[in-house]
Amino acid sequence: MREEEQPSKKEQRRQQIIAGALKLFARKGFYTTTIPDIARSLGMSAGNLYNYFRSKELLAQEILRSVSSYLGRRIRYVNESDLPTREKIRSIVGLYFETALREPEMIDFFLRIYLSNREVFREGCEGMVCVNEFVTEIMIFFDEGVARGDLRNQEFFSAFGLFMGYLGGMVFLGGEQMLPKPLPEYVDEVSENIYRALKTPEAS
Amino acid sequence: MNSPVRLLWLSALTCNGNAHALLNYPDLEHWQHRFEWLYHPLLPSRFSLGELLAQQPECDILILEGTLDSNFSKAGKDLTEWIEIFAPAARAVVTVGSCATFGGIFLEGGEGRSGLHFRRGERRDAYDALWEKSISLPGCPVQPEILASTLEMLAQETPLDLDVYRRPLLFYGTTVHNGCTRNEYFEYKIDEHRFGEMEGCMFYEHGCQGTYTHGSCNRILWNNVNSKTRIGQPCMGCTEPDFPTTGLWETRKHMGIPARLPAGIPKRAYLSLAGVAKAFHIERFRRPILDPVERYDPMKEQE
Repeated sequence: MREEEQPSKKEQRRQQIIAGALKLFARKGFYTTTIPDIARSLGMSAGNLYNYFRSKELLAQEILRSVSSYLGRRIRYVNESDLPTREKIRSIVGLYFETALREPEMIDFFLRIYLSNREVFREGCEGMVCVNEFVTEIMIFFDEGVARGDLRNQEFFSAFGLFMGYLGGMVFLGGEQMLPKPLPEYVDEVSENIYRALKTPEAS
Repeated sequence: MNSPVRLLWLSALTCNGNAHALLNYPDLEHWQHRFEWLYHPLLPSRFSLGELLAQQPECDILILEGTLDSNFSKAGKDLTEWIEIFAPAARAVVTVGSCATFGGIFLEGGEGRSGLHFRRGERRDAYDALWEKSISLPGCPVQPEILASTLEMLAQETPLDLDVYRRPLLFYGTTVHNGCTRNEYFEYKIDEHRFGEMEGCMFYEHGCQGTYTHGSCNRILWNNVNSKTRIGQPCMGCTEPDFPTTGLWETRKHMGIPARLPAGIPKRAYLSLAGVAKAFHIERFRRPILDPVERYDPMKEQE
């Protein structure tokens, strides 16, 4: 491997900060987590952490981009497969719930930090700028579903809200220990509901 | 002086729009000196149709206008026979307009209709022997400058680089979007257009096909003045094989995403850029271009 293909030491440290801060933000919330808290959890000084991120807001925005990119890459993998639309929905629901179980802080960050503290993201994450990779893949999924004649054509956000709002709600209920069964056991029914809600009348 | 280049214009099923378009070429009078019309439906010509059939003179460039129809005859002779008589000796065969090139608007009106080498985008083999010397100049109609300049270049035996439909890249190598005065609105994804107005891009809501239609409408202005998109009407894609499509005044979308994207732009790239551009509110693009701050009035008495 050539030298430039390996992440630099600084980049590796940067990724560690993102991962560490993600955990703390998700667990304690944005405002009760401080830069010294994050630095301490990583065994570095707060002063040094500021060399990487000039403010807590910028750090939170970078985490959002990183979560969006992670989910976007996984959905892209589904989009580029030959699966039928119905199976693609199942794959997306599956990977979303799996992420919620294996990397709970990622989805928690999305639901509890990003969606609940909009003021943190107002400057720098305008519109969909920081969640672009994720939203783009959902758009591509919808576009291809309609082009294949499987999904009913409608405004993007009415379909997006149904899909992602539903998944977010289920993960939230799971996180609050309110679901009688483990989250993965809901994949089939949730996927079927989404498919039935979005499909054309002609699609089987 | 070299002997004039002999042109023969054959009309098939046509509105004669291309024949008329040539009359709008600003330099027509001077341009014509190099050529001799053996036949043109509107311009003074050396032969009548009957005389052409009787004498069968050789032409240098055969120009075809209109949709080819197996049941169509001229002066009592099938169109296919006309082509068989005059095409072999010609050094170039030029299809002018979308009908002669791809079949165009008359395609759906009957059986056995097509362009010379294409039926829409599908290649046909009836005139394969002419393929190597054919030039396609689609458009509804062709732009006069494109027709006159191509014939001029053929007369000068200038090599012409062509695309897969045999359209000269010089005129069809870029899209109609190139040079459109609405490009800023496209870049920042602002439609908010009303037909005929100066503001807004028509790609998102109004069916404009300029970003994936190959042509020169915004580089060579019609009548040296304007273009459809500049004046506020969507491009209808008239130089492309699938012209005319339906629903020309609205953009077909899949869940809000344009079903057809700018030529060659991958969907992921387009959507990523669009997502970023849409996130920002740019005040200048929300205001009328001609929104005066003050007015200078020469009739008003100066204080």
